[in-house]
Amino acid sequence: MRTTFSIKTHPAKRGWTSGVSLVLPIVLGYVPIGIAFGILAQKAGVSTVNTLLMSLIVYAGSSQLIAVGLFGAGVPPVSIILTTFVVNLRHMLMSAAVAPYLKGWRKVELASFAYELTDETFAVHSGRFVSYGPNKAEAFTINIITQAAWVLGTWLGIVLGGFIRDTKPLALDYALPAMFIALLVMQIKDRVQIAVALLTGTLAVGLLLAGVNQWNVMLATLVGATLGVGIEKWIKKSSS
Amino acid sequence: MDQKVVFLTILGMAVVTYIPRLLPVYFLSSRSLPPLLVDWLRYVPVAVLAAMLFPSLLVQGDQVVLAPGNIFLWAAFPTLLVAWKTRSLFGSVLVGMALVAAGRYVFGL
Repeated sequence: MRTTFSIKTHPAKRGWTSGVSLVLPIVLGYVPIGIAFGILAQKAGVSTVNTLLMSLIVYAGSSQLIAVGLFGAGVPPVSIILTTFVVNLRHMLMSAAVAPYLKGWRKVELASFAYELTDETFAVHSGRFVSYGPNKAEAFTINIITQAAWVLGTWLGIVLGGFIRDTKPLALDYALPAMFIALLVMQIKDRVQIAVALLTGTLAVGLLLAGVNQWNVMLATLVGATLGVGIEKWIKKSSS
Repeated sequence: MDQKVVFLTILGMAVVTYIPRLLPVYFLSSRSLPPLLVDWLRYVPVAVLAAMLFPSLLVQGDQVVLAPGNIFLWAAFPTLLVAWKTRSLFGSVLVGMALVAAGRYVFGL
């Protein structure tokens, strides 16, 4: 996620303070979505402890929102886990993208950094790594505050959920699509990526209508990203 | 709902979520990737987000619904504009939810 205000911190002055200032836009996004998740989890019949646990150990907003929908619909656990895997597989690519910058980090540092890698923290980290190189204090400050905001939002949602009878007028079910829209817009940097988004999205819809239920996202992604590379090479070839 | 089953499902979710986050950082942090793979990886976040978004906007039940009654689809355009102009996750989510809430209230959708 590109921050709504830009901070040009001198590399020498980086640490937990620059981490705190970078993290604000993510916190503003995570608390309300966490609240939506907390409310929906309560309404789906997931216990308070399990709801908080999900935000603590799964910590992947999109898949958590999808999972509570599936819990509510009585979908078998294996399908829920499989869906979670497919939805969160994108982090593998983000992890691969930041990996080259983390040379020399200790194994325990790599393991805890990876644990809190989300779409938003990835966007901030990769921006910082490219411009200034990695800074451990800054990186971990960003990660820890971000997850704290997510857990806090979840807890607020659980508390508020007790007072709300019907969630439909609140449009909480639109938190996830709206989040996808914002993340997608922030990821798009050129025209080939717009083409990839349109093609992949359409393919995912086509596959779903054809009865490919759980693998439509994964399949469409593999095809879409490959088409993206193909289009890129084709443009380069025809312009040279 | 059996909370023990929910708990075990959440454990499973945690494992399948953590492994893809961990493996590349753990094993690739000391070597460089082939350029073609790097090119390909660049398109994956966009692709996967679109693949999750489009069905949630277009598909209801087992068909594509473009009718004005599909508030999810029509709220997406102003939300997209807000996201593009402000680049704010918070603002976009808030505007999107407000539009859907307003649509439901005004038109009883």
